[in-house]
Amino acid sequence: MTYFIDRRANAKHKSAVNRQRFLDRYRTHIKRSVEEAVNRRSITDMERGEKVSIPSRDISEPVFQHGSGGKRSIVAPGNREFTEGDRLRRPPGGEGGGAGEGAASDQGEGMDEFAFTLSREEFLDFVFDGLELPHLERKSLADLDEVKPVRAGLSKEGVPARINIVRSMREAHARRIAMRAPIRRALREAREALALEESKDPVLRNPARITELKAEIERLERRLEAVPFIDTFDLRYNNLVNQPMPSSKAVMFCIMDVSGSMTQAHKDIAKRFFLLLYLFLERSYEKVELVFVRHHTAAKEVDEEEFFYSRETGGTIVSSALTMVDEIIARRYPPGQWNLYVAQASDGDNWDDDSVTCRDLLLKSLMPRLQYYTYVEITPHAHQALWEEYETVAAEFPSRFAMRQIVEAGDIYPVFRELFKRRAAGG
Amino acid sequence: MTRRKPIATGSDWNFEILSEFEREIARLADEYRLDTYPNQIEVITTEQMMDAYASVGMPVGYHHWSFGKQFLAVEQAYRRGQMGLAYELVINSDPCIAYLMEENTLMMQVLVMAHACYGHNSFFKGNYLFRTWTDAGSIVDYLMFARKYVAECEERHGVAAVEQLLDACHALQNYGVDRYKRPSPISAAEEARRQKEREAYLQAQVNTLWRTIPGRVSEDVLAGEDDEEDPLGLHAGGRYPAEPQENLLYFIEKNAPLLAPWQREIVRIVRKLAQYFYPQRQTQVMNEGWATFWHYTLMNRLYAEGLVDEGLMLEFLQSHTAVVNQPAFDTPWYSGINPYALGFAIFSDLRRLCESPTEEDRQWFPDSAGSDWRETLEFAMKNFKDESFIQQFLSPKVIRDLKLFMVVDDDQDDMLEVGAIHDERGYRRVREALAAQYALSLREPNIQIYKADIRGDRSLTLRHIQDSRRPLARSVYPVIRHLHQLWGFPVVLESVENDEVVRRYQWPLPDEAARA
Repeated sequence: MTYFIDRRANAKHKSAVNRQRFLDRYRTHIKRSVEEAVNRRSITDMERGEKVSIPSRDISEPVFQHGSGGKRSIVAPGNREFTEGDRLRRPPGGEGGGAGEGAASDQGEGMDEFAFTLSREEFLDFVFDGLELPHLERKSLADLDEVKPVRAGLSKEGVPARINIVRSMREAHARRIAMRAPIRRALREAREALALEESKDPVLRNPARITELKAEIERLERRLEAVPFIDTFDLRYNNLVNQPMPSSKAVMFCIMDVSGSMTQAHKDIAKRFFLLLYLFLERSYEKVELVFVRHHTAAKEVDEEEFFYSRETGGTIVSSALTMVDEIIARRYPPGQWNLYVAQASDGDNWDDDSVTCRDLLLKSLMPRLQYYTYVEITPHAHQALWEEYETVAAEFPSRFAMRQIVEAGDIYPVFRELFKRRAAGG
Repeated sequence: MTRRKPIATGSDWNFEILSEFEREIARLADEYRLDTYPNQIEVITTEQMMDAYASVGMPVGYHHWSFGKQFLAVEQAYRRGQMGLAYELVINSDPCIAYLMEENTLMMQVLVMAHACYGHNSFFKGNYLFRTWTDAGSIVDYLMFARKYVAECEERHGVAAVEQLLDACHALQNYGVDRYKRPSPISAAEEARRQKEREAYLQAQVNTLWRTIPGRVSEDVLAGEDDEEDPLGLHAGGRYPAEPQENLLYFIEKNAPLLAPWQREIVRIVRKLAQYFYPQRQTQVMNEGWATFWHYTLMNRLYAEGLVDEGLMLEFLQSHTAVVNQPAFDTPWYSGINPYALGFAIFSDLRRLCESPTEEDRQWFPDSAGSDWRETLEFAMKNFKDESFIQQFLSPKVIRDLKLFMVVDDDQDDMLEVGAIHDERGYRRVREALAAQYALSLREPNIQIYKADIRGDRSLTLRHIQDSRRPLARSVYPVIRHLHQLWGFPVVLESVENDEVVRRYQWPLPDEAARA
């Protein structure tokens, strides 16, 4: 007796729970690997999983076993040259050679690490574990310009594209029943009367009555047929109403100083920082747009390639970039519809008088509209005027303005984590 | 014999072709009087196969991180191409569940059906260990019960608490087998009902054992004792347990003082499952050898009758050769003796010496040589485990073919010594050494519960009966730590050789205990 069962359509990932349990258990190990990976990886490389290794001894499931030592005999296959009583040197590494028996000692060699691959999702989960976007709270509905059509029952008016066929047919059916019922009743009565009349003795029949009844039946049958199958009156349309909805769109402005003092190494650091922020935003919003603004003495909106790789020289006027961002927001990204984030990277150089302008621009115009502003200063040196001015902005908007210093690539991820650390409620 | 048209050619398959092959294999198996459970053949995807692998062959299992680890390891190995998944996975249940992977070629499907659905299946049904230790009819039900019960405990007591407990139980699961009693078959519903009763009863029993005020010490103990340290005989009353206990998990389940009833139940679940896998650990060579012998025989019969064509047969032979390949000890890909190769060699040779015995065979196997091969093989399959099977049936010819030799590894000698090779003087010693290599009692350290100090500090003492000075591996500490978690009081493990304690391990570690 044999049955074949096709299980291919059954759920996959039966082990998903167990896999998750494993990842949870070794969270700290995995986090360490992920942290290293983030700092090591090239910038475009975040979008894939990661191989993680955990020392085998940390995840072993111990059982009672024999250790090495004592006296034992081992049987092995493939003897070519030995005869009884031959004495051999012990193979290096304790076990090995003929000693193939104890599974543990055997696998111990070369399997010091338990390696496996995290999927992209899992990888990013670990990268952003414990982080959250500040001010992710929904903007109040009154401010929102964005609407979403939602189904709201049925209506008698609408465009043909939205006809609800099932409901329309049901209405038509009901109407047909309602309209035909009295006609059918009259028809039945007329037929019965006719039958009664015709069953009478021929002498007693009333020919005029018969003709009249026949005419009546014919008229009723015509009326019955004339009841329309479907009428405009029956049509029902799916009704849609517009509902205001919280914005799920975000735009991220990347501002970078490209003056002569910013080296390629600086830019790489900035790029990684921007990338992390982008990935992070992408997890929170359905749609994230990127706007790249670079500046030296003048600001320019550019595409990604140019942003990161072309070289410029000259002095630095930071306010030019901020003004440009301000204009772009006004022109393209109304704050009612978009969540606005700005990330700025610079080496801290600025034209002396300009830092004050920057501060005013931020305080008056930009900050009230932004969700969050992060500033990273990539420099090993002492801070200059810009940092000091920004500190006053940070004091004014402590929860929405963050600034940190990065000295080398290894700082990026820790700084990022610090900026977006999940804060206790109310903090 | 009339040669018929091949059922199918090429490597594609569909369900009609499979069932037609299955019918033919069933017919041939019947001719050889293979007695099997009904087959339930499930066609699954690669991913599902990895799931099945990860749950160590249980069709439903409770959740535990170690299965996740297993899954990741399998997935990694498969992705790197280090491991083919294809071969087989078959579950000792009634009906016998076997998996076919959809990616397999027609040849592989036919091979797996012959190997698993008739080879392993008949082994599960026939071998005495499986008949004694496992109950194929109720295992799937029991697994369902276990999964549900563990999930309920996770809900009630938290995932972490259950995980901790399972970790501890898993560490001891090889010592969770009751070797003398045959378990009675029960169904899942019955198990659930009994579990409730057991919870109440067990707790009552443990309470009696550990109650703070001892009952009246019996007269004869008082009379027999005359101890200065203990004039009232409070510590008298013999050692508990009276006999050493080899089933550690059973002892914990029944006697650990502090475990809650649900924790005892989980200990029991792990113990029951360990028992279910116990025969498999002891019959690897036989089981695989038997299945391989039958797929080889059945495939050749299919070919002889013309039901498969040359192409399929060549593909089969290539696959079969790879399966029974035994690399020599000094090649880089040597990783111990291949159970498929050894088992297949012994069973094939057994058939040979029945059908055309030589003088040597008549000397070595006076009972088997020249007998009906089918009956002799059946007898061998039914009544042995690896250890005794090798001891009984490993013939000089197989020893010669595989060029087996025995090396003595003594840590008091700085050289290894070749103890025996495949010659007249060596056959018996090689055979004995190989049989011993498969003896569970030698493979795993012999550890038993020796004493639970129920009248004193409640410490638990275990004894490791050391053999040939072979010490315990370092993993002993984490394991006794787990044992300590279950027992709740200090745990001591003594290695004993020739009635002399040669080493003591204890948990908590002495200095920790001092600090506490």
